[in-house]
Amino acid sequence: MDQEKRNQKSIDPASLEMLSRAEEAGLETAWERYDKQEPQCGFGLLGLCCRNCNMGPCRIDPFGGEPAKGVCGADADTIVARNLLRAIAAGAAAHSDHGRDVVETLLHASTGQAPDYQIKDRDKLMALATELNIETAERSDQEIAAEVASTALDEFGTRKGTLAFLNRAPAPRREVWSKFGIVPRGIDREIVETMHRTHMGVDTDYVNLILHGLRTALSDGWGGSMWATELSDVLFGTPQPIEGVSNLGVLKEDEVNIIVHGHEPTLSEMIVEAARDPELLELARSKGAKRINICGMCCTGNELLMRHEVPVAGNFLQQELAIITGAVEAMVVDVQCIMPSLTGLAGCYHTEIISTSPKARFPGARHIPFEEQNALKIAKEIVKLAVENYPRRNPDRVFIPEEKMEFLAGFSVEAILSALGGSLDPLLNAIKDGSIQGIVGLVGCNNPKITQDYGHITLTEELIKQDILVVETGCAAIASAKRGLLLPEAAQKAGPGLRAVCEALKIPPVLHMGSCVDISRILVVAAAVANALEVDISDLPLAGAAPEWMSEKAVSIGAYVIGSGIYTVLGTVPPVLGSKKVASLLTEGANEVVGAAFAVESDPQKAAGLIVEQINYKRSRLGLP
Amino acid sequence: MKGNIVVTSSKCIGCHSCEIACAVEHSQSKNLFLAIDEHPRPQKRVLVESYGRSNLPLQCRHCEDAPCVQVCPTGALVKQGVEEAVVLNDNLCIGCKWCVLVCPFGVIMMAPDDHIMIKCDLCRERSEAGRLPACVESCHTGALQLASTAQMARMKRREFLVEFLRDQ
Repeated sequence: MDQEKRNQKSIDPASLEMLSRAEEAGLETAWERYDKQEPQCGFGLLGLCCRNCNMGPCRIDPFGGEPAKGVCGADADTIVARNLLRAIAAGAAAHSDHGRDVVETLLHASTGQAPDYQIKDRDKLMALATELNIETAERSDQEIAAEVASTALDEFGTRKGTLAFLNRAPAPRREVWSKFGIVPRGIDREIVETMHRTHMGVDTDYVNLILHGLRTALSDGWGGSMWATELSDVLFGTPQPIEGVSNLGVLKEDEVNIIVHGHEPTLSEMIVEAARDPELLELARSKGAKRINICGMCCTGNELLMRHEVPVAGNFLQQELAIITGAVEAMVVDVQCIMPSLTGLAGCYHTEIISTSPKARFPGARHIPFEEQNALKIAKEIVKLAVENYPRRNPDRVFIPEEKMEFLAGFSVEAILSALGGSLDPLLNAIKDGSIQGIVGLVGCNNPKITQDYGHITLTEELIKQDILVVETGCAAIASAKRGLLLPEAAQKAGPGLRAVCEALKIPPVLHMGSCVDISRILVVAAAVANALEVDISDLPLAGAAPEWMSEKAVSIGAYVIGSGIYTVLGTVPPVLGSKKVASLLTEGANEVVGAAFAVESDPQKAAGLIVEQINYKRSRLGLP
Repeated sequence: MKGNIVVTSSKCIGCHSCEIACAVEHSQSKNLFLAIDEHPRPQKRVLVESYGRSNLPLQCRHCEDAPCVQVCPTGALVKQGVEEAVVLNDNLCIGCKWCVLVCPFGVIMMAPDDHIMIKCDLCRERSEAGRLPACVESCHTGALQLASTAQMARMKRREFLVEFLRDQ
């Protein structure tokens, strides 16, 4: 393959080096598999294929010809809306089920069934208890934690009218939700109702369907995801600014490399602890390794780097490349965004893929079921297996790119407040006087449809240049980490206003706020700013962006961000263009309902233009310069 | 790239991808997401027909002695040479539909918006750029291929030989 074609795959030099190695070794990655899928199915790209009953599958002619209806009579509008709804439900389910696991861990930790977990942030526990009207006087932390966890579990069911954290949203926002009947009633309930409504012969009205889509997504953002974030903080500590190193260069030639990949912190926290075990370290030395090097990948990486000095090896499209370094003793996975291709690739090396969740098994992987009651013991078993695998590494096949970059992460809401000196006022003043023009939440995945990290980096750099503070999570945040944009020095790349604010506060112009469930932290900031200014979130100079999104979780995120009143630009086209009515509702009509809408723009330069225009509009409406 | 479109009916799963690829190739933008909003609406020149459990993508066979060319009163339909495409000059077509009547395969149609006839042109622009026709490229099962008559005959001989020897 020529250099030019390879350069279209990624802007990350480490990825490009590894892709060249992959080619030499004859190994296939997501990029080649994407090429083989081209041209992709037009019906699928437009959302015009319905497989919801066995009279079908049905397809609608996208050019206005026949067939114009499915066997049941559903037209393009119904089919596109139903498909979108199911994607939202899948995304909300993934986030919220992750949330449920964290809730259950807290419950078991507080009742003594998961003795390896402790309450690391007591202040946060007490604050949550107060917010939830849970009695704290003369009760042990365990009792309080058990009641908080139990209250959280109730949120998944339907015993209460609405979700507790909706109260964090400003009153005008809650009125909007109420007016259009999209107040989420229970986390699981909205997902179940989506599956019901999209069953054959139930909801056919595209507007009614999409409104429920917003409700389902809100149950994720202000429910499942928010619980995941809040209770992870209670269990593992609320993130504070912390330094780390990113990219494939964090793998070590003379150490046991273990990559923890997936999403939930419950497992990875224990792996980190197990890797500090003196006996295992001694075992590693006896095998000729200097140390045990735990690295994160994707959102597991984000959860770890926010709380520990654990390096992050890369983002979504680098998971295969990490194995091709030949230097990974074990990749330990739990749930979400784990490519099924990993086991096949690992088979070409000594790498062990270790699956741990009963929800996610991978043919060809070694399965070590993770149980929270024996968490540390199992984590040690996994680490031991990796250490014992070290002698099987073939040094002749090891190639670790040199590329690595330092970063400063750990910007939870609490950490941001603390950086601001304990009050939102400095941020509010900066927004009011225009030194910070607005705030953009830039999130999401990698997708071989977009040159890896090009969408994230181009948009981020363009926005900070325009004095827009960028807050990031997920694989977008890892892209910025690798590029050096999460360093305070990156303020030099920012416009004069933002640069001055960053230099005064010693913060980077791009704040890493965590994993993809931690987008809930961004919602909390948005709500707090709106409350302080006594306006709705939709009045604020904010925007969301997902330049390289690919997963159904991103669809749910997009929908709850819009539902929360924040304009959102997507970098890859969602499968909705098959219905002009649905597309127009999402990109225009939604403004009349939730005060925000989507835009689709795959060129990040142009996306920046759209965002700046939106922020200027919101500022002018608030009478800001 | 020269040749005929060879169809293997047993490999066609009826996904209709060739139809979409064809319509997009014959759109102004050649981009699916933009093509769906164009006027005149982009039209497919290949049609996947089904009978029982068999599917067959049908498109112009580019006959060497093409009845449509013979019958066209305005000379809009032209056979460009041996093993070349039968192409339609939009400006000369009066929409009389004689070609539809004489075509043995029913693969000449009328465009619903601009009321002229449309048919497969073997993706002229792509062919000049050395690319496969859009339908062939879009076919994920290999039901559509591009081959010269000589290649087609060789494929048939091989098929016959395999069957013949198997029966011995």
